[in-house]
Amino acid sequence: MIEDPRTKMVRHIVIYAILTVGAIVMMVPLLWTVSTSLKTRDKITIRRLELIPDPVAWENYPYLFEARPIIQYTRNTMIIVVASLFGAWVPCTLAGYAFARIPFPGRNFFFGVLLATMMLPYVVRLIPLFLFFDEIGWTRTFGPLILPRLLGHNAFYIFLYRQFFRGIPADIHDSARIDGCSEFGVWWRIFMPMSRPVLAAVSIFAFSFAWNDFLNPLIYLGSNKELWTLALGLNALQGFEGDDNSLNLIMVFSMLMIMPMLVVFYFGQKHLISGVTAQGSLKG
Amino acid sequence: MQASLKAKPTQSEISRKVRFQEWWFRNRALIGYAFIFPWFAGFIIFDAMPFIYNLYLSFTDYQIGTVSTPPWIGLENYNEIFTEDKLFGKSMYNTLYYLGYSVPLRLIFAFFIALILNLRVRGMELYRTLFYVPSVVPLVAATVIFAGFLNTRYGFLNQFLVLIGAAPVRWLSSPDAIKPSLILLSLWGFGAQMIIFLAGLQGIPEDLYEAASIDGGTGWQRLFYITVPLMTPTIFFNLLMGLIGGFQVFEQVFILIGTHGGPLQAGLVYMLHVYNKAFRDFEFGYAAALSVVLFLIIFVLTVLLVYTSNRWVFYGDAQDDET
Repeated sequence: MIEDPRTKMVRHIVIYAILTVGAIVMMVPLLWTVSTSLKTRDKITIRRLELIPDPVAWENYPYLFEARPIIQYTRNTMIIVVASLFGAWVPCTLAGYAFARIPFPGRNFFFGVLLATMMLPYVVRLIPLFLFFDEIGWTRTFGPLILPRLLGHNAFYIFLYRQFFRGIPADIHDSARIDGCSEFGVWWRIFMPMSRPVLAAVSIFAFSFAWNDFLNPLIYLGSNKELWTLALGLNALQGFEGDDNSLNLIMVFSMLMIMPMLVVFYFGQKHLISGVTAQGSLKG
Repeated sequence: MQASLKAKPTQSEISRKVRFQEWWFRNRALIGYAFIFPWFAGFIIFDAMPFIYNLYLSFTDYQIGTVSTPPWIGLENYNEIFTEDKLFGKSMYNTLYYLGYSVPLRLIFAFFIALILNLRVRGMELYRTLFYVPSVVPLVAATVIFAGFLNTRYGFLNQFLVLIGAAPVRWLSSPDAIKPSLILLSLWGFGAQMIIFLAGLQGIPEDLYEAASIDGGTGWQRLFYITVPLMTPTIFFNLLMGLIGGFQVFEQVFILIGTHGGPLQAGLVYMLHVYNKAFRDFEFGYAAALSVVLFLIIFVLTVLLVYTSNRWVFYGDAQDDET
């Protein structure tokens, strides 16, 4: 279809105007966060819009490490992250592999159960799980946060792996088996190396869900400050002890939580999109 | 398996193949079970048993310190929820209000921006990143940022409103503004759905659009007769996930306005009510009953949506092959 150059130009202007205005609106809270994190104490309580901090208070960043046990928070958070990644890499891929490539009686039934748990709201498990972990004396420990993750208790990851593994030609699987490779060997030597995109996508999800988790650490670790994660530390800084005077430190803390996520997403962006495509294709 | 048998085996391979298959049929089931065992153990411990125990709890008067068998009170908890508990109606209303705006608005924004980005504009990657980055921000950080951003005196939004001559709003301390503030925060994260839409849009075969152009279809016709129908599975997925998540909204509210739910409890959402009953009042039996009610609402809604989806969701002829 031939388009009149003038309509084409108008169309482009409209498109770029929408995108640019939209992008600015989306970025303003983040820009404000960066700016506030670099303001001095007396500048944050000025009741006038001032986006460029003057003077620039770089010292807010090292200061937060003195004022709050950031290193300890980070270590505690990383314990949960590592458990989550282990679960995503080993038990989840094994289960995804079995659902995709090993026919066993009841496979469809078990897969149906798996899909059903994806729809199960966490609210119905919250209270009994808390009482259960309380009964065995695990509250105020990492146990309730890492045991489900170590077991790969995440139907969504298993589903993503299964979808991806089904796309690997059956011939590859069969010929490897005939050549004497065990199921475990096929999983480890053939499927895992071929599955980098989905592994990357799931790893990003696993990292970010563990990094962002708030409700579970709140319930199980809330009363044990030693084991607080970054999310709990940030919440405490703004909620219980925070006031308008520490707005800059709150934003420093927020930036510390955001930056690792940005790095992870920057490097994983490409794979993430293939991951969400699989997520959107809830057909099988 | 069928595929490999058809794939012209050489003569020498056939006997090996038969032996292998005999062995395989005997053992593969066990291997399969072994591979799904960790998941299944987790399912029993963290899904099935809690689900059943939660149901049981909801018929009891379990409070903290109750001895091993909590007193069975039948439907008493449910009776209280529907007849006496004023906060049940209040929190359900707040949740539905939040859902009713945030879910459709997120979908509309996400779909609209994804459509524009899919026009293959120059700098599309940059714009996509800019729209997506806010949804990468951890929810706790996003909420804390909004607490500052919406701060009555020192927040950006009010200072900006004053700058352009508008009246400042008490975003987090006036009952009328709390729910809009929460909706605003949820809209900030529409990038997650946008990415899913964008991936779906890029999967639509180009030749469909070419065929439509040749037949003289206008842009709007292409949108409504090709794009939208082909995107209905993705829209459906995002809608369902948005509703399930929206009913359980918690962290944002907990951090932004606290467990009390703000002035006039205008921000008391359903999950906050459950949380308070369980972890503030330690009335676990009652909280379990509240959670069962929410589960049933979500369940019925999901079934209704899936059931009616046949009428408006276009699944094409995409049939998954069975292995």
